[in-house]
Amino acid sequence: MKTGNRRVHKHPITSQKVVIFTFDGKKYSAYKGDTLASALISHNIKVVGRSFKYHRPRGLLSIGSEEPNALFRVGTGSKAEPNIPATQIEVFDGLVVESQNRWPSLKFDLGSINSFFARLIPAGFYYKTFMWPSSMWKKYEWFIRHAAGLGKAAYDHQDPDRYEHLHYHCDVLIAGGGLSGLISAYMLGLSGAKVLLADEKNELGGSLLFEDDIKIDGSKGIVWAKKIEQQLSDMNNVKVLKRSCVFGYHDHNFLTIAERCSDHLTESSKTISRHKLWKVRSKQVIIAQGMHERPLVISGNDIPGVMLSSAVRGYINKYGVIPGNSVLVCTNNDDAYRTAITLYKAGVKILGIVDSRNEQSSDILKIIKKYDFKVFLGYVVSSIYGKNNVRSVEVAPISKDAKDISALPFKISTDLVAMSGGWTPIVSLFSQSGGKLEWVEKEGFFKPANHNQSNLSIGGSNGNFDFQECIDDTIKKTNEILVRINKRKNTKFTMAASYPKFSYTPRNIWSVPNGRIVGKGGKAFIDFQNDVTVSDIHLASREGYQSVEHLKRYTTTGMATDQGKTSNINALANLANILQKPIEEVGTTTFRMPYTPTTLGNIGGRDIKNLFDPIRLTRINEWHNDNNAKFEHVGQWMRAWYYPKNNETFDETVAREVYSARNSAGILDASTLGKIDIKGVDAAKFLDLVYTNSWSNLKIGKCRYGLMLKDDGMVMDDGVTSRLGTDHFHMTTTTGGAANVLNWLEEWHQTEWPHLKVYFTSVTESWSVISVSGPKSRAILDASNCSIDLTNENFEFMSFKEGMIENIPVRVFRISFTGELSFEINTPARYGLQLWKKLIEVGKEFDLTPYGTEAMHVLRAERGFVIVGQETDGSVSPYDLGMGWIVSKKKHDFIGKRSLERESMSASNRKELVGLLTDDPKKVIPEGAHAIEKGAENLPEKNILGHVTSSYYSPNCRRSIAMALLKDGRSRKGSNVSIPLLNGELVEAKVVNPIFFDPNGVRKNGI
Amino acid sequence: MLNIKCPNCGYRDESEFSCGGEAHIIRPGYEVQLSDKDWAEYLFMRYNPKGNFTERWFHAHGCRKWFNIVRNTITNEIYEVYSAGSLPKSTEGRSAYKSNWRRHSQAEIKALKK
Repeated sequence: MKTGNRRVHKHPITSQKVVIFTFDGKKYSAYKGDTLASALISHNIKVVGRSFKYHRPRGLLSIGSEEPNALFRVGTGSKAEPNIPATQIEVFDGLVVESQNRWPSLKFDLGSINSFFARLIPAGFYYKTFMWPSSMWKKYEWFIRHAAGLGKAAYDHQDPDRYEHLHYHCDVLIAGGGLSGLISAYMLGLSGAKVLLADEKNELGGSLLFEDDIKIDGSKGIVWAKKIEQQLSDMNNVKVLKRSCVFGYHDHNFLTIAERCSDHLTESSKTISRHKLWKVRSKQVIIAQGMHERPLVISGNDIPGVMLSSAVRGYINKYGVIPGNSVLVCTNNDDAYRTAITLYKAGVKILGIVDSRNEQSSDILKIIKKYDFKVFLGYVVSSIYGKNNVRSVEVAPISKDAKDISALPFKISTDLVAMSGGWTPIVSLFSQSGGKLEWVEKEGFFKPANHNQSNLSIGGSNGNFDFQECIDDTIKKTNEILVRINKRKNTKFTMAASYPKFSYTPRNIWSVPNGRIVGKGGKAFIDFQNDVTVSDIHLASREGYQSVEHLKRYTTTGMATDQGKTSNINALANLANILQKPIEEVGTTTFRMPYTPTTLGNIGGRDIKNLFDPIRLTRINEWHNDNNAKFEHVGQWMRAWYYPKNNETFDETVAREVYSARNSAGILDASTLGKIDIKGVDAAKFLDLVYTNSWSNLKIGKCRYGLMLKDDGMVMDDGVTSRLGTDHFHMTTTTGGAANVLNWLEEWHQTEWPHLKVYFTSVTESWSVISVSGPKSRAILDASNCSIDLTNENFEFMSFKEGMIENIPVRVFRISFTGELSFEINTPARYGLQLWKKLIEVGKEFDLTPYGTEAMHVLRAERGFVIVGQETDGSVSPYDLGMGWIVSKKKHDFIGKRSLERESMSASNRKELVGLLTDDPKKVIPEGAHAIEKGAENLPEKNILGHVTSSYYSPNCRRSIAMALLKDGRSRKGSNVSIPLLNGELVEAKVVNPIFFDPNGVRKNGI
Repeated sequence: MLNIKCPNCGYRDESEFSCGGEAHIIRPGYEVQLSDKDWAEYLFMRYNPKGNFTERWFHAHGCRKWFNIVRNTITNEIYEVYSAGSLPKSTEGRSAYKSNWRRHSQAEIKALKK
């Protein structure tokens, strides 16, 4: 095991517990409190990743969640998760991490051969290179998929972890627990408001954690933060979430927070849910996300050992790790001087400060007087050299217009470059909320301007750089929020910071010249994670991708896991430069959630597997289970599909069930049918409006089949409705359409005909429905002691009667979906199973066979009954189905009436429902197959007539049967069509009437 | 996720509701003589403004009542919630109602005459 030796002498972290972690198979030590990033620095590991496209060696760039380079796969097996930035991984005993996007090893990666082909794979190369010949696409795709991408997901495992969702309501949500966020939370906490503070780090304090030169109210920044944290935890009205990133800002102040609850714990102590998704509705939101430092766009700026200046400072201050031996600082603003001071105090050799500005502010001159820094004013680092680490840099004076260097560069050898290209307020959440940004030329960033929702940005997020300005801005804005939530302003609240006074006055040179033309002499990276260089921006603009949104998609700048946190401003400023437009005119791309990546597991929460969608079971389900039923999903219902006996196949089972239902008797659990109870003095009038046929004239005790259309005249649902009383109807709908139909009735009643007195109640689950069908069905019911006289004379087809079967109350409907003599027995749901078992028992001697939905489909198809959703698809009218008989000519109006008269409805080429009989009676056409003109198989796509909607083998017809929607179908009866199949086979079939069995419909009265 | 104030239940999350699109479309009864084109205006054409819009919502997983709101389609701000069958009273709602092209459509004019 290796111990890290790059620590600042006696830094507080070295008194912490030592922990051991594994990186690429080797064990390393670190201290509790280290991140993976700081631990790697302590072991002098420079190459921590390989870039996306060119597989260039990459080092740590930053210290926060913006890190684009140092991405790792954390954990093993089913717990492995890719693409986690090292800066966000807390080291614990037993942590296992693995580097990514390299083969065979991080130090030697064969993929880096891509660097030599860089000229062949510029921006947009996917679109250019792989377009021809199209037959090669499959090969290209394989290559691209293997070469590109970051880490590997644990794709062959199920996620073993648990994730929770949590709803939360508060007065104020504060996103970010840095200096501003803490002050705001404290002030709001004092007012008694209900406050939620969330910060993505494991400690509160934000940038204060990384600084040692600031005091707030007399205490060192980090100590002050701890004090405030303690005070907040004593307030009952304030909740603080750590390791919790506010990643989404949605409509109406709805925000989502991803809390990482157990990622930092050792395996044995992971007893809680892994992540929590907080869904927060907050009256007001305070955005205190702070700022990100920008890299300088210099050729070679991605070489390991080139780091953001603030990160270098932070690693030394916070973790006591030193990322280099001799350092060159290069900057365009004052802030990097603080890094120089920190390095100086840590005893690191400083080669110089290269400052592109022509003069320093008076503040700086005062502060650095006592340090003997060599400052190159008006100079830039024009090129950086090195492979697996920085070796040397070129330094040159910069011309006045910053377009070129004004003298030949000279070389400096160094192993660490600390760069600062200015600062960018984090406006992600603000922009997600719909707020508009404004460009501040002097400081070179976008900051919040017009708010769209109830929120305010404070501190760094609002473009404040100076600590005292941050504090004052925070107090002012928090007071404004206090007023908004009807609390009293806290006018006396003050807080003073003491720190070396720097001014933030950058000289923005968006692409540092190196004396060569763009694209020559090394790559200057803009987006590190996606390998986008300055020359890519030039190329995109040359090829016409000049809108910033196009630029993003063509070059992929600002995409991937870091979403361009460090690159966005550099990218669009370079585009603006090329187009010679002001930056505000170029604008930004759209900021979208998530601000930082969160797991799909967290978004899924508990809504997975059985809880993904509820399952509905009938009261008779237990029997189906016990009798070997196979089930199918129908909407949310689980319906018995078929009941195989012994070793029967699916086809054999269905054939047996279908045959029995016609030749002895079958029994079906039809409880899932939608049932709606309709009451009111205008109930009949209302039904007249929603169905195509007439209902006012239906007699009590009678049933009628009805067809429902949408107002465009297309079939929407069907079912049998019965009249229970003058003002009382019992409607049935298709199983899948029940909820839609109820909503449909409510909508038309409430919004179109509210004057009608009618009420709808779903009674689907109040009734169990058992359909007994077949020639012996009457005998079975009689033998079951049914109190109703079931003879044809006393119990007409399409009527219902109430009575008892033994001691079970029943309402029996004489309706038929099989075409056989059939009784649909409704009983209060709780009697369902008892009645079913009773009928099965009695039915034994009558060969009563339970049949499932598949047999039901075959039975109805034999008789040519349509199923809405199978024979129809929203473009089929009643006439197309050959059901003109059910469309009333007398009614003054109904939904769809006017539309049925539209010209297109009587056009000659409409698709009509017909039957198909294959020439080979054994051949069953696959459903969905297209039918074409006979003899047109050479040009099938030009001769499509329609498609097959239902197709089965019919045991009762002893042949295959099919229904199809064909152009001018009815006039084709008697002629042949061809059906080409995917396997090249051509099936010939004759067009017939879609009724295959009992054409005169006599069997419904029994045989 | 919108936060919608149902007139019967108070503030609820959008996921409890379903949106019914443009409000105040008058359905011409069959007795209104309309050309296919005018009927299609009622049947298919919908107003889709960038800005204030009167639209219908249904509290599907709540009181199951339909109602109308005035919503800004850019900012999602809701200016008014009012009952089905009534007209908006807010300035935003009244101007959204008035500026809808449907107020000049043949389908609506003829339906109102009847």
